[in-house]
Amino acid sequence: MKNEQEKQKILEIIQEYNNGPSSLIQVLNMIQDEHGYLPQNVQKLVAEEMGIPFSRVYEVTSFYSRFTTEEKGECTINVCLGTACYVKGAQKNLDELKSRLGIEEGHTTEDKAFTLTSSRCIGACALAPAIVVNKEVHGMVNLEKLAHILEIYE
Amino acid sequence: MRDVKSGCTRVLVCAGTCCVSGKAFVIIENFEKELAAAGILDIKVVKTGCFGLCSEGPIVLTQPDDYFYAKVSPQDVKEIVEEHFMQGRPVQRLLYKDASNGEALSLLEADFYKKQHKVALARCGVIDPEKIDDFIEQDGFKALEKALLTMTPGQVVEEIKNSGLRGRGGAGFPSGKKWEFTKNAAGEKKYVVCNGDEGDPGAFMDESILEGDPLSVVEAMAIAGYAIGANEGYIYVRAEYPLAIHRLKIALAQAKERGFLGKNILNSGFDFELSIRYGAGAFVCGEETALISSIEGRKGTPQLRPPYPAVKGLFGCPTLINNVETYANIGKIIMMGAEWFKAMGTAGSPGTKVFALAGNVKNIGLVEVPMGITLREIVYDIGQGIPDGRSFKAAQTGGPSGGCIPIEYIDTPIDYESLGEIGSMMGSGGLIVMDDSKCMVGIAKFFMQFMVEESCGKCAPCRLGLVRIYEALARITDGNGTMEDLQELEELAEMVSSLSFCALGQSAPNPLKTTLRYFKDEYLAHINEKRCPAGECEKLLNYEITSLCIGCRKCLKACPAAAIIGKVKEQHVIDKTKCIKCGACIESCAVKAIIRA
Repeated sequence: MKNEQEKQKILEIIQEYNNGPSSLIQVLNMIQDEHGYLPQNVQKLVAEEMGIPFSRVYEVTSFYSRFTTEEKGECTINVCLGTACYVKGAQKNLDELKSRLGIEEGHTTEDKAFTLTSSRCIGACALAPAIVVNKEVHGMVNLEKLAHILEIYE
Repeated sequence: MRDVKSGCTRVLVCAGTCCVSGKAFVIIENFEKELAAAGILDIKVVKTGCFGLCSEGPIVLTQPDDYFYAKVSPQDVKEIVEEHFMQGRPVQRLLYKDASNGEALSLLEADFYKKQHKVALARCGVIDPEKIDDFIEQDGFKALEKALLTMTPGQVVEEIKNSGLRGRGGAGFPSGKKWEFTKNAAGEKKYVVCNGDEGDPGAFMDESILEGDPLSVVEAMAIAGYAIGANEGYIYVRAEYPLAIHRLKIALAQAKERGFLGKNILNSGFDFELSIRYGAGAFVCGEETALISSIEGRKGTPQLRPPYPAVKGLFGCPTLINNVETYANIGKIIMMGAEWFKAMGTAGSPGTKVFALAGNVKNIGLVEVPMGITLREIVYDIGQGIPDGRSFKAAQTGGPSGGCIPIEYIDTPIDYESLGEIGSMMGSGGLIVMDDSKCMVGIAKFFMQFMVEESCGKCAPCRLGLVRIYEALARITDGNGTMEDLQELEELAEMVSSLSFCALGQSAPNPLKTTLRYFKDEYLAHINEKRCPAGECEKLLNYEITSLCIGCRKCLKACPAAAIIGKVKEQHVIDKTKCIKCGACIESCAVKAIIRA
């Protein structure tokens, strides 16, 4: 959260989805979808607004794998690592992306261009191995196709 | 003016996750555009849930003339409208065809559908999931009406109990008993919960039901609420399923607007409200008590049972938790009766089961089959066998908590007990087929890595034991394994199974145990011969250039480690001390002169 404008937006989301402490995960999901990540100052704001201890907000953000506290790059590449994708070579795609982008899973390149993440299963098993680039699913990805996809976003 | 020569009045476009990734929404848009441009007003475009045969997507069906188009692209739409709809000449090149004789087949004639029997998926691919009228037209809410207006809560519970329905989420606990326990539990306030935290990687049954027929779950939860005396319910869905969430939201709003949710439903005096809660990526939340913690907005760690959720669950109140597919069966049971349901499947496991068939199999998709069908029938009749000329090695059921079933047991009937006996489990319905190029030690390691990351950390056997198992497996696949590692694996597997706090840890060693049981020779080859029989473990592979080499220098340029030496038109050689075993050379070789062994 870098400025007043962002803060206002986050406050609006909290207001819309806050139905008491049990809606914490909902609120965090919504903020992350809008804001991209959940830095400490955002977590503190959520804690204050919802009237729950910061420690509990932190506990939840750090427990669930979908939540991230690191700022995302312009382009997020999510490699599906479900079993169907694994048996069709998802690991190779992930390894290639790691070496090409020079980052590990869950991290962002220094120029903030790419973020590399992985998912348990996106439920598109017929398209295995699949990757999701900025919410768009690409199916049956091999090293050649991967290079092609990267060119579009580079 | 229109000139329609075909008998088509409805064109159904699959809008499940796979087909949407194949641009199904653009296809729908194009149909609407082209039909309008041609002045055709009486052909309705219907956006449906998953048809099941995902590997042939995007799928388009025409009704009632019954043509089945496969792998349709947005550019094909104009041709279908002009040729098929206007000229009465179905577009042959796009029709789904029999693999053996090339004849065009209708949906139900395809081998994929022949042995299927749809109960939970009956409306998926038939109705527009975003239109409540479609649902009502297909007998939607009739079961709710019957339950509320003609049955007592006790009768509803009795019917579910008599049907013998067992929980479709994995463990197979008799659903009717759960309903009865929750009904009989003391407490004013009770809750109904739907577990849609489909965490098993490679499984998408619940997703497809929520995307294709969300109101069936809504109806069933209202029936459950009436039966156990609850006025409030929660549907817990993974945030990774945006389309399912979107359609559920629409379903809830429409049901509320039409009075199927809210106050005094169908003038029965019964009130019921439903809300959606999102998961945020934690496999352990499939466990009932962890799921409850998560709905309450806390981290998803399991709690000690008893008290069971039926007695003390959500916010400390008696809570009924069933899985999505379990709920999808309820409406039919109420309408058709327990006897009808019991006539399907086996005595111990009545009814049908939905499987997500994926991996190394020709037909990938969603299948619903009567319990008791054999694995062979699913893989070879419905799935049409293994592609690329390879052979069947194992099938994995039950996801990370299940096991790998070898070819010797391919005739095992699929039911809760039979799968348990061979060390696997039904699980939620993931069914991954693996061909002979898959290393079984590698598969065990893959699942173990998953479990290490998903262990919630509450108890030591699971938190630490799984890491030790993973490390030993990694040593073996890296070529550093010893016979002591094997011994340690067997001991650790038992220890973690018997000492872990919840079902996640107790079942986590299953992939390891079954691969040790059925594929021990592969473990031994890795340890004793430093060899991976499937040729998958990179560190155990050696690359060699054979005399087929024409000396074209392609591999030399492709090698990122500069490990290939050789002159033009002379056989090249790989310097094994430099080789990083990436396989780039094999991919670059035009004459297949490089072998990996």
